[in-house]
Amino acid sequence: MKNQLTILFLFISVVSFGKTITVGKGKQFATVKQAISHASAGDTVLIDAGVYQEGQLVLEKRLVLKGVNSPVLDGEKKYEILTIKANGAVVEGMVFRNSGRSSYLDIAAVRIADSRYVTVKNNRFETTFFGIYSQHATACIILGNKLSSDAKDEINSANGIHCWKSDSMRIEGNEITGHRDGIYFEFVTNSFIKNNYSYENVRYGIHFMFSNNDSYVNNTFKNNGAGVAVMYSNHIHMQQNVFADNWGSAAYGILLKDISDGSITGNTFQNNSVAVMMEGSSRLQIEKNKFTGNGWAMKIQANCMDNIITQNNFISNSFDVATNGELVLSHFEKNYWDKYEGYDLNRNGIGDVPYRPVSLYAMITERNPASMMLYRSFMATLIDKIEKVVPVLTPVDLKDETPLMKPVKL
Amino acid sequence: MKTIIKYVMLDLLRNRIVLGYTFVLLIISFGVFNMDANTTKGVLSLMNIALIFVPLVSIIFSTIYVYNSSEFIELLVAQPLKRKTLWMSIYTGLAFSLSLAFLAGVGLPVLLYSFSVTGLMLIISGLFQTVIFAGIALLAAVKTRDKSKGIGVAVLLWFLFTLIYDAIVMLVLFQFSDYPMEKPMIALTMFNPVDLSRILMLLKLDISALMGYTGAVFLDFFGSTNGILFSIAALLLWTIAPVWASLKYFQKKDL
Amino acid sequence: MMIIASNVTKTFGKLKALDDVSVTCNKGHAIALIGPNGSGKTTLIKTILGMVVPDSGFITFDKHNILHDWKYRERIGYMPQIGRYPESMSIAQVLEMMRDIRNSPSPLDEELIEQFQLHEIENKKMRTLSGGTRQKVSASLAFLFNPDVLILDEPTAGLDPLAAEILKQKIIAEKEKGKLILITSHILSELDDLVSEIIYMQDGKLQFHKSLEQLQEDTGKVKIAQAIAQVMKKK
Repeated sequence: MKNQLTILFLFISVVSFGKTITVGKGKQFATVKQAISHASAGDTVLIDAGVYQEGQLVLEKRLVLKGVNSPVLDGEKKYEILTIKANGAVVEGMVFRNSGRSSYLDIAAVRIADSRYVTVKNNRFETTFFGIYSQHATACIILGNKLSSDAKDEINSANGIHCWKSDSMRIEGNEITGHRDGIYFEFVTNSFIKNNYSYENVRYGIHFMFSNNDSYVNNTFKNNGAGVAVMYSNHIHMQQNVFADNWGSAAYGILLKDISDGSITGNTFQNNSVAVMMEGSSRLQIEKNKFTGNGWAMKIQANCMDNIITQNNFISNSFDVATNGELVLSHFEKNYWDKYEGYDLNRNGIGDVPYRPVSLYAMITERNPASMMLYRSFMATLIDKIEKVVPVLTPVDLKDETPLMKPVKL
Repeated sequence: MKTIIKYVMLDLLRNRIVLGYTFVLLIISFGVFNMDANTTKGVLSLMNIALIFVPLVSIIFSTIYVYNSSEFIELLVAQPLKRKTLWMSIYTGLAFSLSLAFLAGVGLPVLLYSFSVTGLMLIISGLFQTVIFAGIALLAAVKTRDKSKGIGVAVLLWFLFTLIYDAIVMLVLFQFSDYPMEKPMIALTMFNPVDLSRILMLLKLDISALMGYTGAVFLDFFGSTNGILFSIAALLLWTIAPVWASLKYFQKKDL
Repeated sequence: MMIIASNVTKTFGKLKALDDVSVTCNKGHAIALIGPNGSGKTTLIKTILGMVVPDSGFITFDKHNILHDWKYRERIGYMPQIGRYPESMSIAQVLEMMRDIRNSPSPLDEELIEQFQLHEIENKKMRTLSGGTRQKVSASLAFLFNPDVLILDEPTAGLDPLAAEILKQKIIAEKEKGKLILITSHILSELDDLVSEIIYMQDGKLQFHKSLEQLQEDTGKVKIAQAIAQVMKKK
């Protein structure tokens, strides 16, 4: 469905020829506004280098707005710079700078409203409030944009790419930093997020709310408040992403809250305080991921169930798994745990005794965070060793019956 | 002083225990690194060696050595020598040869297999434990006339620093779990050289987890350059203080 | 050159090893330090050497307080009652080490080493030596650096008669050179031709310090052994 729409859209843009209008010093028009009002659907508006301060532009025709040598549209910190209300419009090669800000209005640099097949590609966004905002949009492409802002806290900042009640969106190859959430999805379905680099955003790299049937692949999330938060959503597929250096007391690689039926496959989690935090999550397939150097590879709250965690590599994490209850209804099998100390007498590559990934000391620090300072002391090691031999306090059912002796090749 | 150090070192070199100790450390280190391709895990295992085994060997061997040198000491105090020179030479000889053993047994393999900031931190930690516990041993030996009693005291001290102290801190933590304990914890850490070294290692190995939890206060302190310098200063104090106290005592001791 | 002890007191636990001892030892004298077992002779020697620190009182060596001083020991040769040496070292190594530590500029006096024929057994380890041979090593070391003061604690104990005679002759020779010699001994008869003064101690107290002539006069006995017996009887 999604791919068919894309092809259809490409077909339309190729067959519809129009005339070309130029904007700039000594060109046909001095302002973009004039050019747009004189153009008719299907035309291409070429905007020459320069700084254009024209308040709010509204695009209601199917035009191609194309920047030549990065012209700047300046919102003077007052205006929403460009509002697109036309199916099939294209905005390309522009610099959007200094959009307006507001604590009660969602002011964006570029807004796609109630439109289909809009393309926003290869633009730069500098110190904008919302970067690209789509509402009731369908099958739009947001490609290769660079968005950077100066967000300091969650209250006075907005999201880089914000999609609301949209469908079949394709968000690819963007670089987003300095916003509240890098990418924000609310009531967005059937969308695809790929090859983006989201870093140093105040809150999340990507944030899903009430969005279903989306996937994100091959993105990198570094140093955000948390890498990705998926909340109240289902059928979200997360593949081949890199989550790194998300450090802090509420910092996660992925935060899952009340979600179901998704998958987390082939991702790399490196040096996060908590790589995967699961709350009220069910029926997730967590497979072939690499967890290295994290504080906690997984925190699974007791309200999670029927998740399958298999073929993952857990290497050099401070703690592999932590949980807050005694009952764990998720299933672990065939993972590689570098802390496993069992043996493999029949040489089939699978350890002969089960591995219990929850250490007692993980539970102790869960109850009393300051005791982290005694971690790796002789006493802490003794406590853990004794508990491993005779489990008393750690959940009895939480174990990998078939731990691998060697890491999974990924 | 050089002359005396020379004779102490000669004596220690002739002593097969130091050589044996070096050899055991070497076997453990190479074993740890060869068993697993994951060098971080190797460093972790060696951290236990550096923070538990090394202090034990250092304190017990040094205590016994001081008792066994009583003839040497008696012979030399009647000679034109400062007692300070004699005592400091014995300490230097001990600390130096044990450090050499640690460098050869653990330092070398770490440099070969896992040359990193964490590896260097491990080596520094082990060296500090070696010289600190040799100093504590001198204090224990000079204060206790009876040899078997002195060795008992040394073992107890080792237990205190590696296990009992932490257990008490843990109890305190849970007793006062309703209060913010980060700052008192930092203070408590300063009173145990093993904990100090361990936390410096923790900052390298478990930074992700530390960032997640006790966070602010703790990391602000140990994570900053000042905090590291302060910790190193505390370790230096731990190196000097017991030796200094033992020297004061030795200078007045009747032989 | 003289050693003066002033009101020296030292207690070990409940035992008063030295009780207000004041004594002056002058150059050119060989002084016998006599007294029953546990009378404080060895403790007095050790306080002079700085091995034991007095509880009160002080000791001067050539008018310098020996507390916090160590240089004066260059001028003392000490032969302990029981010589204790690093067990794993050989005789040659011990001698070499002492030479190394003393680093004395004056010529060495190896007469005793020669006469005791220590060179022939110099590669033997200290732990294998008999008590007598150890004493020979101790004696050799005491005289080796040609010191002004010799402190000899039971020098002949354990020595065979031949060796004892060699040592005795050596002591006499050194006395002739005008050195100060302090000797404790149980065998009072061997002191007769050696000493010029007698210090008698009992229960940590100094009983008397007299010249040999004075003692002979006071008691009417020629031999020291008899004179001391006379003194003890009187008490």
